[in-house]
Amino acid sequence: MRILGVDSSGMVASVALVEDDLLVAEYSVNYKKTHSQTLLPMLDEIVKMTELDLNTIDAIAVAAGPGSFTGLRIGAATVKGLGLALEKPVISVPTCHGLAYNLWGNDKLICPIMDARRSQVYTGIYEFAKDGMQVFLDQSAMDIRALAEKLNAMGREVIFLGDGCPVYASVLAECMQVPYAFAPAHLNRQRASAVASLGAEYFKQGKQEPADDLIPIYLRKSQAEREREEKLAAEGQA
Amino acid sequence: MSTTILSIESSCDETAAAIVVDGREVKSNIIYSQIELHKLYGGVVPEIASRKHVEKVNQVIRAAIEEAHVTWDDINAVAVTYGPGLVGALLVGVSAAKAVAYAKKKPLVGVHHIEGHIAANYIEHPDLEPPFMCMVASGGHSHLVYVKDYTTFEIVGRTRDDAAGEAFDKVARAIGLGYPGGSKIDKLAKEGNKEAIHFPRAFMEDAPYDFSFSGLKSAVLNYLNGCEMKHQEINRADVAASFQQAVVDVLTDNSVRAAKAYGCKKLALAGGVASNSSLRENMQRVASEQGLQFYYPSPIFCTDNAAMIGVAGYHNYMAGIRDGLDLNAIPNLKIGERR
Repeated sequence: MRILGVDSSGMVASVALVEDDLLVAEYSVNYKKTHSQTLLPMLDEIVKMTELDLNTIDAIAVAAGPGSFTGLRIGAATVKGLGLALEKPVISVPTCHGLAYNLWGNDKLICPIMDARRSQVYTGIYEFAKDGMQVFLDQSAMDIRALAEKLNAMGREVIFLGDGCPVYASVLAECMQVPYAFAPAHLNRQRASAVASLGAEYFKQGKQEPADDLIPIYLRKSQAEREREEKLAAEGQA
Repeated sequence: MSTTILSIESSCDETAAAIVVDGREVKSNIIYSQIELHKLYGGVVPEIASRKHVEKVNQVIRAAIEEAHVTWDDINAVAVTYGPGLVGALLVGVSAAKAVAYAKKKPLVGVHHIEGHIAANYIEHPDLEPPFMCMVASGGHSHLVYVKDYTTFEIVGRTRDDAAGEAFDKVARAIGLGYPGGSKIDKLAKEGNKEAIHFPRAFMEDAPYDFSFSGLKSAVLNYLNGCEMKHQEINRADVAASFQQAVVDVLTDNSVRAAKAYGCKKLALAGGVASNSSLRENMQRVASEQGLQFYYPSPIFCTDNAAMIGVAGYHNYMAGIRDGLDLNAIPNLKIGERR
Protein backbone atom coordinates (compact mmCIF):
# COMPACT_ATOMS: atom_id res chain seq x y z
CA MET A 1 0.00 0.00 0.00
CA ARG A 2 1.38 3.38 -1.04
CA ILE A 3 0.22 6.49 0.77
CA LEU A 4 1.33 10.00 -0.04
CA GLY A 5 1.26 12.30 2.98
CA VAL A 6 1.01 16.10 2.94
CA ASP A 7 1.08 18.54 5.84
CA SER A 8 0.98 22.31 5.38
CA SER A 9 -1.09 23.11 8.46
CA GLY A 10 1.62 25.11 10.18
CA MET A 11 4.96 26.73 9.44
CA VAL A 12 6.39 23.40 8.24
CA ALA A 13 5.75 22.15 4.74
CA SER A 14 6.09 18.38 4.64
CA VAL A 15 5.56 15.70 2.01
CA ALA A 16 6.18 11.97 2.48
CA LEU A 17 5.72 8.65 0.72
CA VAL A 18 5.00 5.66 2.93
CA GLU A 19 4.88 2.16 1.47
CA ASP A 20 3.53 -0.40 3.95
CA ASP A 21 6.01 -0.30 6.85
CA LEU A 22 8.62 1.69 4.96
CA LEU A 23 9.12 5.44 4.82
CA VAL A 24 10.36 5.74 1.23
CA ALA A 25 10.87 9.49 1.29
CA GLU A 26 10.11 12.50 3.43
CA TYR A 27 10.82 16.14 2.73
CA SER A 28 10.17 18.75 5.41
CA VAL A 29 11.00 22.42 5.28
CA ASN A 30 10.54 24.85 8.12
CA TYR A 31 11.32 28.07 6.35
CA LYS A 32 9.61 31.36 5.61
CA LYS A 33 8.67 30.57 1.98
CA THR A 34 4.94 30.09 1.51
CA HIS A 35 3.58 26.58 1.14
CA SER A 36 2.28 27.56 -2.24
CA GLN A 37 5.90 27.91 -3.38
CA THR A 38 7.29 24.83 -1.62
CA LEU A 39 4.75 22.02 -1.47
CA LEU A 40 4.58 20.86 -5.09
CA PRO A 41 8.29 21.39 -5.83
CA MET A 42 8.95 19.17 -2.79
CA LEU A 43 6.58 16.51 -4.06
CA ASP A 44 8.25 16.71 -7.46
CA GLU A 45 11.64 16.19 -5.83
CA ILE A 46 10.38 13.05 -4.11
CA VAL A 47 8.82 11.78 -7.33
CA LYS A 48 12.08 12.26 -9.23
CA MET A 49 14.33 10.97 -6.46
CA THR A 50 12.34 7.78 -5.91
CA GLU A 51 11.26 7.33 -9.55
CA LEU A 52 7.69 7.33 -8.35
CA ASP A 53 4.78 6.91 -10.73
CA LEU A 54 2.07 8.89 -8.95
CA ASN A 55 -0.56 6.70 -10.58
CA THR A 56 0.61 3.81 -8.39
CA ILE A 57 -0.32 5.40 -5.06
CA ASP A 58 -3.44 4.18 -3.26
CA ALA A 59 -4.47 7.38 -1.54
CA ILE A 60 -3.32 10.81 -0.42
CA ALA A 61 -3.38 11.62 3.28
CA VAL A 62 -3.51 15.25 4.33
CA ALA A 63 -3.32 17.07 7.65
CA ALA A 64 -6.82 18.51 7.34
CA GLY A 65 -6.75 20.85 10.32
CA PRO A 66 -6.71 22.63 12.61
CA GLY A 67 -3.93 25.00 11.62
CA SER A 68 -3.28 28.15 9.67
CA PHE A 69 -6.41 28.68 7.56
CA THR A 70 -4.35 29.54 4.50
CA GLY A 71 -1.96 26.64 5.05
CA LEU A 72 -4.85 24.21 5.39
CA ARG A 73 -6.38 25.46 2.17
CA ILE A 74 -3.15 25.19 0.21
CA GLY A 75 -2.80 21.60 1.44
CA ALA A 76 -6.44 20.72 0.83
CA ALA A 77 -6.63 22.33 -2.63
CA THR A 78 -3.35 20.66 -3.66
CA VAL A 79 -4.49 17.25 -2.46
CA LYS A 80 -7.91 17.69 -4.04
CA GLY A 81 -6.29 18.60 -7.36
CA LEU A 82 -3.99 15.57 -7.16
CA GLY A 83 -6.89 13.32 -6.19
CA LEU A 84 -9.01 14.62 -9.07
CA ALA A 85 -6.28 14.20 -11.66
CA LEU A 86 -4.98 10.83 -10.40
CA GLU A 87 -8.47 9.51 -9.60
CA LYS A 88 -7.35 8.62 -6.07
CA PRO A 89 -9.20 9.04 -2.78
CA VAL A 90 -7.97 11.28 0.00
CA ILE A 91 -7.66 10.65 3.72
CA SER A 92 -8.43 13.48 6.12
CA VAL A 93 -6.07 13.25 9.10
CA PRO A 94 -6.78 15.59 12.03
CA THR A 95 -3.61 17.67 12.48
CA CYS A 96 -3.28 17.04 16.24
CA HIS A 97 -3.78 13.30 15.74
CA GLY A 98 -1.00 13.38 13.16
CA LEU A 99 1.29 15.33 15.48
CA ALA A 100 0.65 12.93 18.37
CA TYR A 101 1.45 10.02 16.04
CA ASN A 102 5.05 11.35 15.89
CA LEU A 103 5.48 9.92 19.40
CA TRP A 104 3.99 6.50 18.67
CA GLY A 105 4.47 3.97 21.46
CA ASN A 106 5.39 6.49 24.14
CA ASP A 107 4.01 5.65 27.59
CA LYS A 108 3.38 9.28 28.65
CA LEU A 109 0.39 11.44 27.77
CA ILE A 110 1.02 13.11 24.43
CA CYS A 111 -0.20 16.68 24.09
CA PRO A 112 0.29 18.55 20.80
CA ILE A 113 -0.12 22.29 21.20
CA MET A 114 -0.37 24.54 18.15
CA ASP A 115 -0.44 28.28 18.69
CA ALA A 116 -3.96 29.46 17.90
CA ARG A 117 -3.35 33.08 19.07
CA ARG A 118 -5.39 34.91 21.70
CA SER A 119 -3.71 32.70 24.39
CA GLN A 120 -5.38 29.65 22.88
CA VAL A 121 -3.91 26.47 21.47
CA TYR A 122 -5.23 23.83 19.13
CA THR A 123 -4.67 20.74 21.17
CA GLY A 124 -5.71 17.21 22.05
CA ILE A 125 -4.62 14.61 24.61
CA TYR A 126 -3.46 11.18 23.47
CA GLU A 127 -1.88 7.99 24.79
CA PHE A 128 -0.58 4.83 23.17
CA ALA A 129 -2.03 1.53 24.33
CA LYS A 130 -2.00 -2.03 23.03
CA ASP A 131 -4.54 -1.30 20.32
CA GLY A 132 -2.94 1.88 19.06
CA MET A 133 -3.44 5.58 19.69
CA GLN A 134 -6.20 6.50 22.13
CA VAL A 135 -7.80 9.93 22.13
CA PHE A 136 -8.49 11.29 25.63
CA LEU A 137 -9.39 14.76 24.45
CA ASP A 138 -10.34 15.24 20.82
CA GLN A 139 -8.67 18.13 19.06
CA SER A 140 -10.14 21.50 19.92
CA ALA A 141 -9.21 25.14 20.48
CA MET A 142 -8.56 25.74 24.17
CA ASP A 143 -7.10 28.30 26.54
CA ILE A 144 -3.55 27.23 27.44
CA ARG A 145 -4.22 27.61 31.18
CA ALA A 146 -7.40 25.54 30.98
CA LEU A 147 -5.39 22.84 29.20
CA ALA A 148 -2.73 22.87 31.94
CA GLU A 149 -5.47 22.50 34.53
CA LYS A 150 -6.92 19.52 32.69
CA LEU A 151 -3.52 17.82 32.44
CA ASN A 152 -2.81 18.48 36.11
CA ALA A 153 -6.12 16.81 36.98
CA MET A 154 -5.10 13.74 34.95
CA GLY A 155 -2.02 13.43 37.15
CA ARG A 156 0.31 11.83 34.57
CA GLU A 157 3.57 12.84 32.95
CA VAL A 158 3.06 14.77 29.70
CA ILE A 159 5.08 15.28 26.54
CA PHE A 160 4.29 18.47 24.65
CA LEU A 161 5.04 19.05 21.01
CA GLY A 162 4.03 21.52 18.32
CA ASP A 163 4.70 25.16 17.53
CA GLY A 164 2.87 26.21 20.72
CA CYS A 165 5.78 24.92 22.83
CA PRO A 166 8.10 27.91 22.47
CA VAL A 167 5.14 30.32 22.62
CA TYR A 168 3.67 28.97 25.87
CA ALA A 169 6.79 27.53 27.61
CA SER A 170 6.67 30.18 30.34
CA VAL A 171 2.91 29.75 30.92
CA LEU A 172 3.38 26.00 31.22
CA ALA A 173 6.33 26.48 33.60
CA GLU A 174 4.02 28.54 35.75
CA CYS A 175 0.89 26.33 35.57
CA MET A 176 1.99 22.71 35.18
CA GLN A 177 2.02 20.68 38.39
CA VAL A 178 2.70 17.27 36.81
CA PRO A 179 6.08 16.38 35.27
CA TYR A 180 6.35 17.31 31.61
CA ALA A 181 8.88 17.54 28.79
CA PHE A 182 9.08 18.98 25.29
CA ALA A 183 9.75 16.66 22.36
CA PRO A 184 13.11 17.20 20.59
CA ALA A 185 13.65 18.81 17.19
CA HIS A 186 13.22 15.73 15.03
CA LEU A 187 9.76 14.99 16.49
CA ASN A 188 8.28 18.27 17.64
CA ARG A 189 6.63 19.60 14.48
CA GLN A 190 4.19 18.31 11.85
CA ARG A 191 5.65 15.48 9.79
CA ALA A 192 4.03 14.14 6.64
CA SER A 193 5.44 10.70 7.45
CA ALA A 194 3.22 10.57 10.55
CA VAL A 195 0.24 11.85 8.53
CA ALA A 196 0.86 9.15 5.90
CA SER A 197 1.37 6.38 8.50
CA LEU A 198 -1.77 7.28 10.43
CA GLY A 199 -3.53 7.83 7.11
CA ALA A 200 -2.62 4.26 6.15
CA GLU A 201 -4.34 3.02 9.33
CA TYR A 202 -7.45 5.03 8.43
CA PHE A 203 -7.29 3.68 4.89
CA LYS A 204 -7.32 0.10 6.22
CA GLN A 205 -10.45 1.05 8.16
CA GLY A 206 -12.05 2.39 4.97
CA LYS A 207 -11.94 6.00 6.19
CA GLN A 208 -10.87 7.51 2.86
CA GLU A 209 -13.17 9.87 0.94
CA PRO A 210 -13.54 11.18 -2.61
CA ALA A 211 -11.13 14.08 -3.23
CA ASP A 212 -14.08 16.29 -4.22
CA ASP A 213 -15.56 16.05 -0.72
CA LEU A 214 -12.50 17.02 1.31
CA ILE A 215 -13.04 20.08 3.52
CA PRO A 216 -10.45 21.42 5.96
CA ILE A 217 -11.16 21.14 9.69
CA TYR A 218 -10.89 24.80 10.74
CA LEU A 219 -12.30 24.36 14.27
CA ARG A 220 -13.12 28.07 14.13
CA LYS A 221 -15.65 30.03 12.18
CA SER A 222 -14.53 33.07 10.25
CA GLN A 223 -14.43 36.33 12.18
CA ALA A 224 -17.30 37.73 10.10
CA GLU A 225 -19.50 34.73 10.95
CA ARG A 226 -18.65 34.93 14.66
CA GLU A 227 -19.41 38.64 14.79
CA ARG A 228 -22.67 38.19 12.94
CA GLU A 229 -23.77 35.40 15.27
CA GLU A 230 -22.87 37.47 18.32
CA LYS A 231 -24.84 40.38 16.91
CA LEU A 232 -27.87 38.21 16.18
CA ALA A 233 -27.68 36.62 19.62
CA ALA A 234 -27.49 40.07 21.24
CA GLU A 235 -30.48 41.24 19.21
CA GLY A 236 -32.36 38.08 20.17
CA GLN A 237 -31.83 38.83 23.83
CA ALA A 238 -32.74 42.50 23.55
CA MET B 1 -4.60 21.03 -34.62
CA SER B 2 -6.65 22.88 -32.11
CA THR B 3 -5.44 23.99 -28.70
CA THR B 4 -7.61 23.28 -25.68
CA ILE B 5 -7.17 25.05 -22.34
CA LEU B 6 -8.61 24.07 -18.98
CA SER B 7 -8.90 27.27 -16.97
CA ILE B 8 -9.57 27.97 -13.30
CA GLU B 9 -10.56 31.23 -11.60
CA SER B 10 -11.01 31.90 -7.87
CA SER B 11 -9.81 35.46 -7.31
CA CYS B 12 -12.89 36.75 -5.50
CA ASP B 13 -16.27 35.19 -4.82
CA GLU B 14 -16.81 33.04 -7.91
CA THR B 15 -15.35 29.54 -8.15
CA ALA B 16 -15.08 28.85 -11.87
CA ALA B 17 -13.61 26.51 -14.44
CA ALA B 18 -13.89 26.39 -18.21
CA ILE B 19 -12.74 24.66 -21.35
CA VAL B 20 -11.78 26.99 -24.20
CA VAL B 21 -10.56 25.98 -27.66
CA ASP B 22 -8.18 28.15 -29.68
CA GLY B 23 -8.82 31.18 -27.53
CA ARG B 24 -12.25 31.87 -28.98
CA GLU B 25 -14.57 28.91 -28.61
CA VAL B 26 -16.00 28.36 -25.13
CA LYS B 27 -16.86 24.66 -24.72
CA SER B 28 -17.94 25.05 -21.12
CA ASN B 29 -18.03 27.86 -18.58
CA ILE B 30 -18.94 26.69 -15.08
CA ILE B 31 -19.41 29.37 -12.43
CA TYR B 32 -20.31 28.68 -8.83
CA SER B 33 -21.33 32.07 -7.48
CA GLN B 34 -21.12 32.62 -3.73
CA ILE B 35 -23.02 35.87 -3.85
CA GLU B 36 -25.92 34.69 -1.68
CA LEU B 37 -23.47 33.86 1.14
CA HIS B 38 -21.82 37.26 1.04
CA LYS B 39 -25.08 39.23 0.84
CA LEU B 40 -25.53 38.53 4.57
CA TYR B 41 -22.43 40.61 5.21
CA GLY B 42 -23.03 43.40 2.70
CA GLY B 43 -19.91 42.49 0.73
CA VAL B 44 -17.40 39.76 0.03
CA VAL B 45 -15.86 38.25 3.18
CA PRO B 46 -12.42 36.93 2.15
CA GLU B 47 -12.27 34.07 4.66
CA ILE B 48 -15.74 32.82 3.74
CA ALA B 49 -14.94 33.11 0.04
CA SER B 50 -11.71 31.14 0.45
CA ARG B 51 -13.46 28.38 2.38
CA LYS B 52 -16.15 28.05 -0.25
CA HIS B 53 -13.55 27.85 -3.03
CA VAL B 54 -11.95 24.80 -1.39
CA GLU B 55 -15.34 23.14 -1.14
CA LYS B 56 -16.28 23.75 -4.77
CA VAL B 57 -13.06 23.74 -6.74
CA ASN B 58 -13.11 20.08 -7.80
CA GLN B 59 -16.80 20.17 -8.70
CA VAL B 60 -16.40 23.09 -11.08
CA ILE B 61 -13.33 21.55 -12.75
CA ARG B 62 -15.11 18.24 -13.18
CA ALA B 63 -18.27 19.91 -14.51
CA ALA B 64 -16.23 21.99 -16.99
CA ILE B 65 -14.59 18.88 -18.43
CA GLU B 66 -17.81 16.88 -18.55
CA GLU B 67 -19.89 19.61 -20.12
CA ALA B 68 -17.27 20.24 -22.79
CA HIS B 69 -17.11 16.52 -23.64
CA VAL B 70 -13.33 16.55 -23.64
CA THR B 71 -10.86 14.14 -22.08
CA TRP B 72 -7.59 14.92 -20.35
CA ASP B 73 -5.80 13.89 -23.55
CA ASP B 74 -7.50 16.74 -25.40
CA ILE B 75 -6.30 19.35 -22.90
CA ASN B 76 -3.05 21.09 -23.89
CA ALA B 77 -2.51 23.29 -20.85
CA VAL B 78 -3.97 24.45 -17.56
CA ALA B 79 -4.46 28.20 -17.06
CA VAL B 80 -5.16 29.80 -13.72
CA THR B 81 -5.70 33.29 -12.30
CA TYR B 82 -2.79 34.08 -9.98
CA GLY B 83 -3.60 37.74 -9.30
CA PRO B 84 -4.76 40.30 -8.55
CA GLY B 85 -7.46 39.43 -6.04
CA LEU B 86 -7.99 38.11 -2.53
CA VAL B 87 -4.86 36.18 -1.66
CA GLY B 88 -6.63 33.39 0.26
CA ALA B 89 -9.11 32.96 -2.57
CA LEU B 90 -6.47 33.01 -5.32
CA LEU B 91 -4.38 30.39 -3.50
CA VAL B 92 -7.14 27.80 -3.78
CA GLY B 93 -7.35 28.00 -7.56
CA VAL B 94 -3.59 28.26 -7.94
CA SER B 95 -2.95 25.23 -5.68
CA ALA B 96 -5.57 23.09 -7.37
CA ALA B 97 -4.46 24.12 -10.88
CA LYS B 98 -0.83 23.37 -10.13
CA ALA B 99 -1.70 19.96 -8.68
CA VAL B 100 -3.89 19.04 -11.65
CA ALA B 101 -1.32 20.25 -14.19
CA TYR B 102 1.46 18.41 -12.37
CA ALA B 103 -0.39 15.10 -12.01
CA LYS B 104 -1.53 15.20 -15.65
CA LYS B 105 1.84 16.47 -16.93
CA LYS B 106 0.30 19.53 -18.59
CA PRO B 107 1.97 22.91 -18.96
CA LEU B 108 0.81 25.49 -16.43
CA VAL B 109 0.05 29.07 -17.44
CA GLY B 110 -0.62 31.82 -14.89
CA VAL B 111 -3.09 34.48 -16.00
CA HIS B 112 -3.61 38.05 -14.83
CA HIS B 113 -7.25 38.48 -13.83
CA ILE B 114 -7.64 41.84 -15.60
CA GLU B 115 -6.03 40.51 -18.75
CA GLY B 116 -8.69 37.82 -18.52
CA HIS B 117 -11.47 40.40 -18.36
CA ILE B 118 -10.05 42.12 -21.43
CA ALA B 119 -9.78 38.79 -23.26
CA ALA B 120 -13.49 38.12 -22.60
CA ASN B 121 -14.12 40.43 -25.55
CA TYR B 122 -12.53 37.96 -27.99
CA ILE B 123 -15.13 35.27 -27.25
CA GLU B 124 -18.08 36.85 -29.01
CA HIS B 125 -16.21 39.15 -31.39
CA PRO B 126 -14.19 37.04 -33.84
CA ASP B 127 -13.23 40.23 -35.70
CA LEU B 128 -11.69 41.89 -32.63
CA GLU B 129 -7.92 41.91 -32.67
CA PRO B 130 -5.42 44.17 -30.92
CA PRO B 131 -4.52 46.95 -30.80
CA PHE B 132 -7.45 48.54 -28.99
CA MET B 133 -8.27 50.56 -25.90
CA CYS B 134 -10.12 48.77 -23.12
CA MET B 135 -11.87 50.13 -20.04
CA VAL B 136 -11.91 47.47 -17.34
CA ALA B 137 -14.28 48.34 -14.52
CA SER B 138 -15.42 46.01 -11.77
CA GLY B 139 -15.94 45.84 -8.03
CA GLY B 140 -12.24 45.60 -7.37
CA HIS B 141 -10.63 47.23 -10.40
CA SER B 142 -10.89 50.25 -12.68
CA HIS B 143 -8.20 50.48 -15.31
CA LEU B 144 -7.92 51.95 -18.75
CA VAL B 145 -5.64 49.61 -20.67
CA TYR B 146 -4.02 49.92 -24.08
CA VAL B 147 -3.98 46.41 -25.53
CA LYS B 148 -0.98 46.49 -27.84
CA ASP B 149 -1.14 42.84 -28.79
CA TYR B 150 -2.60 39.70 -27.22
CA THR B 151 -0.03 39.61 -24.43
CA THR B 152 1.25 43.18 -24.21
CA PHE B 153 -0.63 45.70 -22.11
CA GLU B 154 -0.05 49.26 -21.03
CA ILE B 155 -2.00 50.94 -18.26
CA VAL B 156 -3.12 54.30 -19.57
CA GLY B 157 -5.29 55.38 -16.65
CA ARG B 158 -6.60 54.10 -13.38
CA THR B 159 -8.77 55.03 -10.46
CA ARG B 160 -7.04 56.99 -7.73
CA ASP B 161 -9.29 55.58 -5.01
CA ASP B 162 -12.47 53.52 -5.28
CA ALA B 163 -13.08 51.10 -8.12
CA ALA B 164 -16.19 51.95 -10.15
CA GLY B 165 -18.05 48.88 -8.88
CA GLU B 166 -17.10 49.75 -5.33
CA ALA B 167 -18.68 53.19 -5.75
CA PHE B 168 -21.86 51.50 -7.04
CA ASP B 169 -21.91 49.21 -3.99
CA LYS B 170 -21.38 52.05 -1.52
CA VAL B 171 -24.03 54.30 -3.03
CA ALA B 172 -26.45 51.36 -3.29
CA ARG B 173 -25.96 50.71 0.41
CA ALA B 174 -26.51 54.40 1.23
CA ILE B 175 -29.86 54.46 -0.56
CA GLY B 176 -30.88 51.13 0.94
CA LEU B 177 -30.61 48.94 -2.14
CA GLY B 178 -28.25 46.38 -0.65
CA TYR B 179 -25.47 44.32 -2.13
CA PRO B 180 -24.44 43.88 -4.90
CA GLY B 181 -25.14 47.44 -5.92
CA GLY B 182 -24.34 47.56 -9.63
CA SER B 183 -27.33 45.78 -11.08
CA LYS B 184 -29.70 47.31 -8.52
CA ILE B 185 -28.66 50.88 -9.30
CA ASP B 186 -28.78 50.14 -13.02
CA LYS B 187 -32.38 48.95 -12.67
CA LEU B 188 -33.60 51.74 -10.38
CA ALA B 189 -31.85 54.41 -12.48
CA LYS B 190 -34.11 53.55 -15.41
CA GLU B 191 -37.01 55.06 -13.41
CA GLY B 192 -35.08 58.21 -12.46
CA ASN B 193 -33.98 61.46 -14.04
CA LYS B 194 -30.25 61.46 -14.63
CA GLU B 195 -30.17 65.24 -14.74
CA ALA B 196 -32.10 65.75 -11.50
CA ILE B 197 -29.02 66.21 -9.33
CA HIS B 198 -25.63 67.38 -10.46
CA PHE B 199 -22.87 65.28 -8.96
CA PRO B 200 -19.19 66.13 -9.64
CA ARG B 201 -17.09 64.46 -12.36
CA ALA B 202 -13.48 64.30 -11.23
CA PHE B 203 -10.72 64.64 -13.79
CA MET B 204 -7.05 64.61 -12.84
CA GLU B 205 -4.85 67.42 -14.11
CA ASP B 206 -1.54 65.57 -13.75
CA ALA B 207 -2.74 62.32 -15.34
CA PRO B 208 -5.32 62.97 -18.05
CA TYR B 209 -6.77 59.44 -18.12
CA ASP B 210 -6.93 58.74 -14.37
CA PHE B 211 -10.22 59.00 -12.57
CA SER B 212 -11.59 59.13 -9.04
CA PHE B 213 -14.87 58.07 -7.51
CA SER B 214 -14.47 58.82 -3.83
CA GLY B 215 -15.40 62.50 -4.27
CA LEU B 216 -18.50 61.46 -6.19
CA LYS B 217 -19.43 58.94 -3.52
CA SER B 218 -19.00 61.63 -0.81
CA ALA B 219 -21.10 64.06 -2.83
CA VAL B 220 -23.91 61.51 -2.96
CA LEU B 221 -23.65 60.85 0.78
CA ASN B 222 -23.60 64.62 1.48
CA TYR B 223 -26.64 65.09 -0.70
CA LEU B 224 -28.50 62.33 1.18
CA ASN B 225 -27.49 63.83 4.54
CA GLY B 226 -28.51 67.29 3.41
CA CYS B 227 -31.97 66.04 2.39
CA GLU B 228 -32.34 64.32 5.73
CA MET B 229 -31.39 67.48 7.62
CA LYS B 230 -33.90 69.51 5.64
CA HIS B 231 -36.50 66.76 5.98
CA GLN B 232 -36.74 66.61 2.21
CA GLU B 233 -37.98 63.44 0.66
CA ILE B 234 -35.26 61.61 -1.30
CA ASN B 235 -36.09 60.43 -4.79
CA ARG B 236 -33.92 57.33 -4.82
CA ALA B 237 -34.40 56.72 -8.53
CA ASP B 238 -33.14 60.22 -9.30
CA VAL B 239 -30.14 59.74 -7.01
CA ALA B 240 -29.35 56.41 -8.66
CA ALA B 241 -29.72 57.82 -12.17
CA SER B 242 -27.73 60.98 -11.46
CA PHE B 243 -24.93 59.11 -9.69
CA GLN B 244 -24.76 56.51 -12.43
CA GLN B 245 -24.61 59.16 -15.11
CA ALA B 246 -21.64 60.79 -13.37
CA VAL B 247 -19.76 57.46 -13.37
CA VAL B 248 -20.76 56.76 -16.96
CA ASP B 249 -19.62 60.21 -18.12
CA VAL B 250 -16.20 59.85 -16.51
CA LEU B 251 -15.60 56.30 -17.81
CA THR B 252 -16.80 57.18 -21.29
CA ASP B 253 -14.93 60.45 -21.59
CA ASN B 254 -11.64 58.98 -20.41
CA SER B 255 -11.95 55.91 -22.62
CA VAL B 256 -12.80 57.79 -25.78
CA ARG B 257 -10.12 60.45 -25.27
CA ALA B 258 -7.49 57.78 -24.60
CA ALA B 259 -8.54 55.73 -27.62
CA LYS B 260 -8.20 58.79 -29.87
CA ALA B 261 -4.88 59.83 -28.33
CA TYR B 262 -3.43 56.35 -28.89
CA GLY B 263 -4.72 56.24 -32.43
CA CYS B 264 -7.00 53.26 -31.73
CA LYS B 265 -9.90 52.50 -34.03
CA LYS B 266 -11.48 50.17 -31.50
CA LEU B 267 -12.70 50.62 -27.95
CA ALA B 268 -13.77 47.80 -25.63
CA LEU B 269 -15.37 47.52 -22.24
CA ALA B 270 -14.76 44.73 -19.72
CA GLY B 271 -15.32 43.72 -16.10
CA GLY B 272 -18.44 43.44 -13.99
CA VAL B 273 -19.42 47.10 -14.51
CA ALA B 274 -19.41 46.45 -18.28
CA SER B 275 -22.82 44.84 -17.69
CA ASN B 276 -24.24 48.27 -16.85
CA SER B 277 -26.77 49.06 -19.55
CA SER B 278 -26.39 52.82 -19.31
CA LEU B 279 -22.61 52.62 -19.60
CA ARG B 280 -22.91 50.40 -22.67
CA GLU B 281 -25.43 52.67 -24.37
CA ASN B 282 -23.53 55.83 -23.57
CA MET B 283 -20.18 54.45 -24.69
CA GLN B 284 -21.72 52.98 -27.82
CA ARG B 285 -23.19 56.35 -28.76
CA VAL B 286 -20.07 58.42 -28.05
CA ALA B 287 -17.78 55.84 -29.67
CA SER B 288 -19.74 55.85 -32.91
CA GLU B 289 -19.86 59.65 -32.92
CA GLN B 290 -16.07 59.53 -32.74
CA GLY B 291 -15.75 56.84 -35.41
CA LEU B 292 -14.65 54.11 -33.02
CA GLN B 293 -15.74 50.47 -33.22
CA PHE B 294 -17.16 49.55 -29.83
CA TYR B 295 -17.09 46.08 -28.20
CA TYR B 296 -18.34 44.61 -24.97
CA PRO B 297 -18.95 41.06 -23.70
CA SER B 298 -22.27 39.48 -22.74
CA PRO B 299 -23.03 39.75 -19.01
CA ILE B 300 -21.97 36.13 -18.39
CA PHE B 301 -18.48 36.99 -19.64
CA CYS B 302 -18.40 40.34 -17.78
CA THR B 303 -18.75 38.77 -14.37
CA ASP B 304 -15.78 36.83 -13.01
CA ASN B 305 -15.57 33.62 -15.03
CA ALA B 306 -13.00 31.08 -16.13
CA ALA B 307 -13.73 31.22 -19.87
CA MET B 308 -12.02 34.61 -20.06
CA ILE B 309 -9.04 33.15 -18.18
CA GLY B 310 -8.95 30.35 -20.73
CA VAL B 311 -8.83 32.87 -23.58
CA ALA B 312 -6.04 34.93 -21.97
CA GLY B 313 -4.32 31.68 -20.98
CA TYR B 314 -4.43 30.51 -24.59
CA HIS B 315 -2.63 33.64 -25.76
CA ASN B 316 -0.03 33.31 -22.99
CA TYR B 317 0.43 29.66 -23.92
CA MET B 318 0.87 30.45 -27.62
CA ALA B 319 3.39 33.17 -26.65
CA GLY B 320 5.42 30.48 -24.90
CA ILE B 321 4.67 31.61 -21.37
CA ARG B 322 4.93 28.78 -18.82
CA ASP B 323 4.82 28.78 -15.05
CA GLY B 324 6.49 26.45 -12.59
CA LEU B 325 5.24 24.44 -9.63
CA ASP B 326 6.25 27.34 -7.40
CA LEU B 327 3.69 29.69 -8.99
CA ASN B 328 2.30 31.79 -6.16
CA ALA B 329 -0.79 33.94 -5.77
CA ILE B 330 0.06 37.63 -6.10
CA PRO B 331 -2.79 39.72 -4.67
CA ASN B 332 -1.56 43.05 -6.09
CA LEU B 333 -0.21 41.76 -9.40
CA LYS B 334 0.29 44.59 -11.92
CA ILE B 335 -1.00 44.43 -15.46
CA GLY B 336 1.57 43.52 -18.06
CA GLU B 337 4.22 42.67 -15.47
CA ARG B 338 5.21 39.05 -15.14
CA ARG B 339 7.46 38.00 -12.27
